[in-house]
Amino acid sequence: MPPSGAFSQFIVSAMPDLAIIIPSVLNGLTTGALYALVALGLTLIYGVLHIINFAHGALLMLGLYAVYYLNTRFGIDPYVCLLIVPPVMFALGYVLQRGIIGRASHGRDENILLVTLGLSIVIENLALFFFKSDTRIIDTPYSFEVIQILGAFVPEPKVFAFLGAFVTAGLLWALMTFTDLGRAIRALAKERKGATLVGINADHVYAMSFGLGIACLGVAACLLLPSYYVSPQVGQGFVLIAFTIVVLGGMGSFVGALIGGLFIGVVEALSGLFLGESLGQIGIFAIFILVLIFRPTGLLGHKV
Amino acid sequence: MRTLIILAAVFAALALVPLFVVSDVWLNIAIMVLYSALLGQAWNMLGGYGGQFSFGHAAFFGTGAYTVAVLQVQYGINPWVGLFAGGLAAVVVAAIIGYSTFRYGLKGSYFALVTLAFAEVLRILSNSVPITGAGVGLLIPLQVAPSNLQFADKGSYYWLVWAMALAAFLVAWWIGNSRFGAQLMAVRDNEDAARALGVRAYSVKLRAIMLSGFFSGLGGVFYAQYFLYLDPHIAYGASVSIESLLVPIIGGIGTLFGPLLGAIVLHAISEFSRDLIGDIPGISLVLYGTLLVVMVLFLPRGLAGLLIRRKAAPQTPKKTEAEHA
Amino acid sequence: MPEAMLEVSGICKTFGGVRASRNVSLSVPEGKITSLIGPNGAGKTTLFAQITGFLKPDSGSIRFLGEDITGASPEDIAQAGMIRTFQVVKPFAGQTVRDNIAVGAHLRIRSRRDALAKAEEVASEVGLGDRLDQDASSLTVAGRKRLEVARALATEPKLILFDEVLAGLNPSEIRDVIPVIRAVKDRGITILLIEHVMQAVMSLSEYTWVLNQGGLIAEGEPRSVVSDPHVIEAYLGKGMAQRIAAREKTDA
Repeated sequence: MPPSGAFSQFIVSAMPDLAIIIPSVLNGLTTGALYALVALGLTLIYGVLHIINFAHGALLMLGLYAVYYLNTRFGIDPYVCLLIVPPVMFALGYVLQRGIIGRASHGRDENILLVTLGLSIVIENLALFFFKSDTRIIDTPYSFEVIQILGAFVPEPKVFAFLGAFVTAGLLWALMTFTDLGRAIRALAKERKGATLVGINADHVYAMSFGLGIACLGVAACLLLPSYYVSPQVGQGFVLIAFTIVVLGGMGSFVGALIGGLFIGVVEALSGLFLGESLGQIGIFAIFILVLIFRPTGLLGHKV
Repeated sequence: MRTLIILAAVFAALALVPLFVVSDVWLNIAIMVLYSALLGQAWNMLGGYGGQFSFGHAAFFGTGAYTVAVLQVQYGINPWVGLFAGGLAAVVVAAIIGYSTFRYGLKGSYFALVTLAFAEVLRILSNSVPITGAGVGLLIPLQVAPSNLQFADKGSYYWLVWAMALAAFLVAWWIGNSRFGAQLMAVRDNEDAARALGVRAYSVKLRAIMLSGFFSGLGGVFYAQYFLYLDPHIAYGASVSIESLLVPIIGGIGTLFGPLLGAIVLHAISEFSRDLIGDIPGISLVLYGTLLVVMVLFLPRGLAGLLIRRKAAPQTPKKTEAEHA
Repeated sequence: MPEAMLEVSGICKTFGGVRASRNVSLSVPEGKITSLIGPNGAGKTTLFAQITGFLKPDSGSIRFLGEDITGASPEDIAQAGMIRTFQVVKPFAGQTVRDNIAVGAHLRIRSRRDALAKAEEVASEVGLGDRLDQDASSLTVAGRKRLEVARALATEPKLILFDEVLAGLNPSEIRDVIPVIRAVKDRGITILLIEHVMQAVMSLSEYTWVLNQGGLIAEGEPRSVVSDPHVIEAYLGKGMAQRIAAREKTDA
């Protein structure tokens, strides 16, 4: 029986067109993949060092500026930057952890939060000083190319970013599982004392892990800039979202970061669709607060 | 007792400032120093004495500010009433946040992040609803009259913030010398041991965040009445939250005078850098951020930590009668 | 028969496959010093945690002074008069010895001045009178143990559960702390000890329970319990009881 009557008419008219929802979801998935890429580094850092890196957004911003300048000054394609920026970011992360962050704890993990907060303030405001507050974008031959998926047009750079997130997660997993460094990292993460007793240099491996996490930001920056912009404050928008994903997906879980990222991306897109651009972000923070209160080990994490 | 006398003396001296400082520029600096000290002492109650580091104190500040502004602008309610309403509203927000976090045992970095998330939620909300003026914000109409909590001379504003700061510092002194404070600090230093001695940890933390939120809210009310303009970024943005924690951490977390010391240092740096380098956006903040990193690395007890010397163990342990019994 | 001060009945607790407490029951009589012993990992601290509200038992009940306190919060249990100390000592670091003890005193005392006075009083009783203004975290291990005792005493408890209060002390320190514990009992406070230090168990405890792998395997006066073959096996391994008995026969 076909739907009839005022009530069912109301339902039918209230359901938004699939033609609007599908592009929104696809958009959310691709944005979510980028969020996941940012969160991958954060969850690696938390999973191994058990620290919350508040400077994550500011460092992403540095990566974005690096890609921007390599592209506009030297004409290097952002995807070629993948060979340059991540290694440099890795080195930066290594030095930051070894030189500053690693010395900050004095027994309280809030001190790490404060130090990384301090770093993020310094980095963002130095950027403000050097780059001024304008937003900048780059122009690439494929910035406006689209691929048609399910009747919706998705920008090519976003598709590349989506694939890039999975590739990066895969590479990280492979590194953790098959290499000596990966084994050392996992050992240190699980049992610090035991790991040092068998000769693992904790300071060095911690710094390598932090470096890897920041290198992920380098990858994220290369994949993000073609479809986004850069400004000194761009990182701030990513910080809490990345934390939400890490908390949702389980601290230290790559799969969790991927799934969590995609989920958050879609939530943001859909709530932006239904609630409007500005209120849309509330959905994310609400999830963050609720997850931390009721299931702090994440939806996929192990119950403590 | 001795500290109370010192506190009274310091604030008595501070009260005299408008009588001796004629320049509006310097008086403004003095006002902002006390304002920062107020915000910092508020944070200190929860973060220093209570050990719970909040990254979202703007949630309380902005609520106090918006309450007095909205009541005036949208409902024509006198700002003196708004002052109390603002403080009360901030306490309610604090109670909600405290309940949500402490009831479920959130602490440490997670607590810091959740408070930040709450502040962000409030920022987004105030940016979207018409009653707060949405993104445009609220302009409080200029109607200079003491009955309107607006003053013609800066000196009166100074005494207003002086009174608020005095109240905050008195409460902080009380925390350091009361059963409540003893229990709060015990929870801070070792929650399990405190609970095993009968301290009701959740209740104590909740009261601390409510006290802390109240004074932050008062700070917001002052801001609104002094600057007469508010928007979501000013009210609930990160800079208030950062200033609130920076001041006590630099001055000496968990100490009575730390927030005053920190406020003076921060503003001294700000003025100094402006004189030396010029009015460049972000420079002060770069210095603040660097100072924060340096403090945490080398002086986690803040500047006051340099001055307070904790009694260490005596060089040769002496055995007493009881120990030989 | 009058109900014991602390009545533990049928406590069971499992942690992801490990049965930490198997149907444990014991009755702590008022006014005496009793003890809970057993090899490492037997579940003694887990039992303490359940008794004092830090863990909820899966099943069973705990009654203190006639009231059911199963699943009550640690604060409520402390209020009722049962205090526990911790195996790994937890001083309020950064605070003075006096302030540390005052926290305990504040359970019953509102006034700051009175609480501080009580703290001084209690400190002298346990031998910390000369270190009142010292930072608690700079105390020696023995000093910290005394601090644990002092904090507990300051709350005016009826029952104190000492979790390995003698652990980490050398023999002469143990000799010094034992009288402190006996003095606590002489004030009329009931004591239940978890202990490894056998000399303390023998000299202080009037009755003891032996826990092994979560379950009670013996109870009674320390002297008889210690020669119980099951107890010997729990500590030294299977068959040890017979080997020791056989050795004694050949030596005789």
